[in-house]
Amino acid sequence: MISFSPTEEQQMIVKLVKQFANDEMRKIYRECDENDEIPGHIIETAWAMGLVSSGIPEKYGGPGGEHSAITGALIAEELAWGDLSMAMHILCPALAIYPILEMGTEAQKQKYLPAFCGDKFKAASAALLEPHFEFDPNSLTTIANLKDGGYMLKGQKCYVPLAADADPLLVYADLKGGTCCFIVDKGIKGLEIGEREKNMGIKALATYELSFKNCSVPKENRLGGDKGFDFNRVMNCSRVALAAMAVGMARAAFEYSRDYAKERVAFGEPIASRQAIAFMLAEMAIEVDAARLMNWEAAWKLDKKEEATKEASLAKMYADDMVLTVTDRGVQVLGGHGYIREHPVELWLRNGRGFATFDGMAIV
Amino acid sequence: MIDFELTPEQKEAVAAAHKIAEEMLRPISRYYDEHENESPKELINKMWEGRREGSLMGGIDMTSALRTEEMFWGDAGLALALPSPGLGGAAIVASGTPEQVQRFLGKYNEDGPKWGAMAMTETGCGSDTAAITATAVLDGNEWVLNGEKIFITSGKRAMVDSEGLVVVWATVDKSAGRAGMKPFVVPAGTPGAKVEKKEKKLGIRASDTVTIVFDNCRIPYENILGSPEVRKIDKGTTAGFKKAMATFDATRPFIAAQALGVGRAALDFVKETLEKEGVEIRYGLPRNKLSALERDVMDMEANFKAAKLLTLRAFSLMSQFLPNSLEASMAKAKAGLAITKITQKAVEIMGPLGYSRKCLLEKWMRDGKINDIFEGTGQINMLVVARRVLDFSRDQLK
Repeated sequence: MISFSPTEEQQMIVKLVKQFANDEMRKIYRECDENDEIPGHIIETAWAMGLVSSGIPEKYGGPGGEHSAITGALIAEELAWGDLSMAMHILCPALAIYPILEMGTEAQKQKYLPAFCGDKFKAASAALLEPHFEFDPNSLTTIANLKDGGYMLKGQKCYVPLAADADPLLVYADLKGGTCCFIVDKGIKGLEIGEREKNMGIKALATYELSFKNCSVPKENRLGGDKGFDFNRVMNCSRVALAAMAVGMARAAFEYSRDYAKERVAFGEPIASRQAIAFMLAEMAIEVDAARLMNWEAAWKLDKKEEATKEASLAKMYADDMVLTVTDRGVQVLGGHGYIREHPVELWLRNGRGFATFDGMAIV
Repeated sequence: MIDFELTPEQKEAVAAAHKIAEEMLRPISRYYDEHENESPKELINKMWEGRREGSLMGGIDMTSALRTEEMFWGDAGLALALPSPGLGGAAIVASGTPEQVQRFLGKYNEDGPKWGAMAMTETGCGSDTAAITATAVLDGNEWVLNGEKIFITSGKRAMVDSEGLVVVWATVDKSAGRAGMKPFVVPAGTPGAKVEKKEKKLGIRASDTVTIVFDNCRIPYENILGSPEVRKIDKGTTAGFKKAMATFDATRPFIAAQALGVGRAALDFVKETLEKEGVEIRYGLPRNKLSALERDVMDMEANFKAAKLLTLRAFSLMSQFLPNSLEASMAKAKAGLAITKITQKAVEIMGPLGYSRKCLLEKWMRDGKINDIFEGTGQINMLVVARRVLDFSRDQLK
């Protein structure tokens, strides 16, 4: 039956994360962006909430909770409302955990999952994007070849969050015309981790360019073994995660500029009393909700284990456009003040521009 | 639990409505677009039978939304022309006492086909409904109505072709502003209520849109909707007006659902034509690998979906009797504009096919546009949304 109400359990998680986002993330988001770093205690506090690890089954040492794309989308929205860089950092280990959990071989699950059931945050990540404008996840230029009983990786990756500490790191590469995934342990020979990247937004998130030069990965580290894995599903889970973050950040921009417009007086009344401003805010509110509902539908399909490429890609595309428009309007409502780094809206615009580029950098 | 699955009953209702739309509405769609003054009698009679059997129409739940979309997928003008209490019925349900609902609508499904209409707009006021000049004066035990109302959907069918009714908004005290505005039920055949000019329109031509002139039109005292306490009108309250606006909370999601039907008709046509021509829409590709055509189609589909989900959310709240004013206006604003753009884009994409009257696409573009106008223009709905999200009164945001 059609329903737009999260379960009670989901509402409780949302409430918890919302509070964390408001009380912790919002207090320090600006200094994180200026200093290009996130204090460790924030990450540890978030990790202790079990947002990522809760879906790991008991037999691998986890609490054995349900792993749901809808719940993941709800969490991602709230975290991104707090701050996008921190949200991506906090959820980063999921980039390795969830594909292994859903699609790994039994041996891979046993080897890698228990390490993420501890009290301390442990970095893990995935490398999908490549540094050229024609990037296409279905025809990657990072190549894998079967050689001497292992897979030889060659190529370049970019926008790999937490790559310097990630253990393991999932690397997506082309194997005979299809996209495969390899679980790469930290410190492997032939993997060169470049300088930390400098981007327009998500400055507090440490991302890196990687280069693989004759990097040999053991045969058993191919995700899902010889039969491989469902790459479409991984992409769709990533689209839902990113779209949810776009919704959360856009909502933040909407709320901030709405409150500002009610306070700011011009020509004797609050600027929100003018239709030119009020209509921008109305459109922002509508589009944030529309993008959220579309994304919920895609997540719902993923939870039913159905093919969701159409829903997820449309939801992501819609959210990409929406978040850019909404964060831009956010700056516009504040006018000159919106351009100054004292207010958060310029940061949200810089971050918002990224979503059309971001691919495979978060997952539900 | 967040869920997008239709119930088995809903699936059945959608399939049944789709069958009617496809088999009964589509084949005569063009004819009644081009013969504006003829009435689809056969269709009306068949649908009336269906209504009386209880298999069609009615309700404010999710099923009624889904059914509406299917019927309007068939043809918007014809669907609007089908016998129903319509907006008049919605106003009676929203503002009337239980006794009034029973009196005016209790026997609605008996005998021959009947229509209900609502008369709000005047030549001098459209969206600014508080500025209406039609008057209602109490004379003994009767109200005397005077004024001219325009753009009344199904007004002729309600008042001339059937034993229907029209709900008329008139002021009982001009100095009271919105507080003086009250709805009155005028049954067909009441002396002094005269249907005049029938409008010639851009689209939805199978639906009649008329002017009704009220010239010393007398109706019983009990035909004022709502509390009989109106004898002592309190100038400070706008309760009557608020009820008028509450009617919109119920009707706006329906207009959105109607828009969706027209939009999906256009979208389906585009997708089917492309498929026949072997043009594939490749979902999940990076943006810079997509053709302009693919991007257009995806954009249309995404906007359709956005409008649809906002609409279903408004219905979801309404069917649980929860406040939905914000969500109803969000849905109406989004759907009205999205479908206007989708149908216009569809005409563009289909090239010579799109513009030709051999296909129905150009008609859907004309039909679709009404949804961005009636029951509150897109702009009025944006105003409602803005006031709600800002928590501003009418005085704070004009």
